[in-house]
Amino acid sequence: MPTMNMVEAIRSTLKSEMERDETVMLMGEDVGHLGGVFRVTDGLQQFFGSRRVVDTPLAESVIAGSALGLALTGWRPVIEIQFLGFSQQCFHQINQQISRTRFRTRGTQQAPITIRSPFGGCVRTPEFHSDSMEQTFAQSSGLKVVMPSNPYDAKGLLAEAIRDDDPVLYLEPLRGYRLVTGEVPNEDYTIPFGKLNVLREGTDITLVAWSQAVPIAEKAAELAEEKGISVHLVDLRTLVPLDEEGLVDAIEKTGRCVVVHESQATAGFGAEVLALIQEQAFYSLEAPMRRVTAPDSPYPMPGVEDHFIPTAERVAAVIDETMADQ
Amino acid sequence: MPADFSPQFQPATKPAKPFSMLTEAGKLRRDAKPDLSEAEILDALRLMKVGRAFDEKCLNLQRQGRLGTFAPIFGQEATLVGTAMAMDPKRDWAVPQYREFPVQLRQGLSMKSIILYRRGHPDGGIIPDGVNVMATQVSLAAQIPHAVGLAWGLKLKEQDGVAVVFFGDGASSEGDFHESCNLAGVVDAPVIFLLQNNQWAISTPRSIQTGGADFASRAPAYGFPGVSVDGNDVFAVHKVVKDAVARGRRGEGATLIEAVTYRMSMHTTADDPTRYVDPRDLEVWGKRDPIMRVEKYLSSQGKWSDELAATWDQEIQDEIEAAFAEADAHAPPDPTAIYEHVFAEPTPTLARQRTEHFGAQ
Ligand SMILES: Cc1ncc(C[n+]2csc(CCOP(=O)(O)OP(=O)(O)O)c2C)c(N)n1
Repeated sequence: MPTMNMVEAIRSTLKSEMERDETVMLMGEDVGHLGGVFRVTDGLQQFFGSRRVVDTPLAESVIAGSALGLALTGWRPVIEIQFLGFSQQCFHQINQQISRTRFRTRGTQQAPITIRSPFGGCVRTPEFHSDSMEQTFAQSSGLKVVMPSNPYDAKGLLAEAIRDDDPVLYLEPLRGYRLVTGEVPNEDYTIPFGKLNVLREGTDITLVAWSQAVPIAEKAAELAEEKGISVHLVDLRTLVPLDEEGLVDAIEKTGRCVVVHESQATAGFGAEVLALIQEQAFYSLEAPMRRVTAPDSPYPMPGVEDHFIPTAERVAAVIDETMADQ
Repeated sequence: MPADFSPQFQPATKPAKPFSMLTEAGKLRRDAKPDLSEAEILDALRLMKVGRAFDEKCLNLQRQGRLGTFAPIFGQEATLVGTAMAMDPKRDWAVPQYREFPVQLRQGLSMKSIILYRRGHPDGGIIPDGVNVMATQVSLAAQIPHAVGLAWGLKLKEQDGVAVVFFGDGASSEGDFHESCNLAGVVDAPVIFLLQNNQWAISTPRSIQTGGADFASRAPAYGFPGVSVDGNDVFAVHKVVKDAVARGRRGEGATLIEAVTYRMSMHTTADDPTRYVDPRDLEVWGKRDPIMRVEKYLSSQGKWSDELAATWDQEIQDEIEAAFAEADAHAPPDPTAIYEHVFAEPTPTLARQRTEHFGAQ
């Protein structure tokens, strides 16, 4: 089985999906000739030609908006927003137009569009390049929100996204693009949405994370285990649909819970996770649940960004606090 | 009723010829008279050289991992300096994208401040009172509506300042560009849209940004004039911007200026242009170098010499080193900066988060 990083897993999946289905097309800023600013689409225009791998003008709103029209003529567009921060330029098209197409037409039209975008911080990018906004899109009803943390999931979830008849926001962890590697089978497979992944079995406390926060949570789990705390770590994989049953199971195993994410605390997706557990697994809880997140501040300049996102040490400290609660 | 119909407005097949005054060889074209005085020409040359030397220094440091990502100006010095010198820093506003270092400097921002910004220091965002610039803009085209508002605001206050907004050929594809031009035309805002057509938006060539022959020709549709100018000719740029500024001051509204130039180096330090730039283009445009042209011109006037060049180089190096020394002396970023200036007064939630993170103040 080949070992790949995230970029390679995504690229090879785009290629195999385009081979499998001739209506799949890629479009975005710099995705063609250059192969994307992170080389995710490297070589694909040479292989599939410039009709199916399209360099667009610099205009996110028309990239997203035209994808809807393309979809209605039988294409299956996979669009790239170069950095998630710039999805704000096409938020209207995603949130109000693409996401609601099925609903508004009473199911007579649909928008099988995949919106790929790298997100997240701590790679010293300039301002506005590091925003994590998954919670905002989780509220774009009609849109699925998919956030792989490793190359195996990246492939299976991307294939599932492209084949899905609903629009999918597929968020790629920028920090993990080349850092996170793993084995990826050559054969075709998909991973169903709405099934969380248990990364570590444990009995004392449940850690919930997704995408970029998974490596942080893993490290925190190791720190906790050094102190004899047994951590049950789950990766949500998809926020919409959310694996409600899987979450309840994971809490029932330990009775304690800490959620980690890179976006801001207030109305972040962690709040949704905790609310759901409170509603569905309250009687299994042995201690108040906690979140480790970014503060309610705008994403800061690179010189201080390492203090902005959660660190494994901060997560480990919150695990300790939660364990100390009786 | 006539039987035949044909659309009244047909696209131009050829781009407009950019206005130019100084040839590549540094000779004034026939009838061209620079409206910069000799001292001003020297100032312009100096600022172009400072811009280039500063980016060379920054590039070195960036390559050693001692500076963050930034966008060099190589090749675009004349557009920036010609424009800046047609503005009055006291009453006119500059609204940059991220490739306008000499403009920021001339408007009154310090070199130290630019260094802090490029180092990723939060204090790089500080804009001192009385410096008429907006913050460096990274979200493309987002600055263009701001400039319309600035210009409109000055006009409503019956002040005679103008706003000059800088953006690239790429940014001109964003909806914000269209909406801004449209509003400027409606309210007659004294704004100058300075489109730096450097032929590239990262790897995307100009031909993918517009199906039109050029950018400047869009202007009349919004109700104001458009100008195409040789962006490597500091005299020409200065003249057309000065003219646009004068019209703005007289209450005659907006101007779109397309400065035709070339990005001679990478998009930013994170880019590898060898993957898409044809080296032959660099050769052609290298001959049109904006600094060389002015040096040749001044030499022909007996106002430039190797000795003077050497003296200047040393002075400029010293100036840049001094700015870096100042930046070094600046206190390193304080991590608590992530909690400051979010609101005038922190919300209780933010205050609690800060205490949980860094302890009581
Ligand atoms: C809204 C938005 N979309 C995408 C980007 C990513 N990006 C940064 S610079 C750039 C190209 C800009 O080209 P242009 O406007 O021509 O200016 P230049 O860099 O050539 O000066 C892109 C696509 C961004 N910063 N903002």
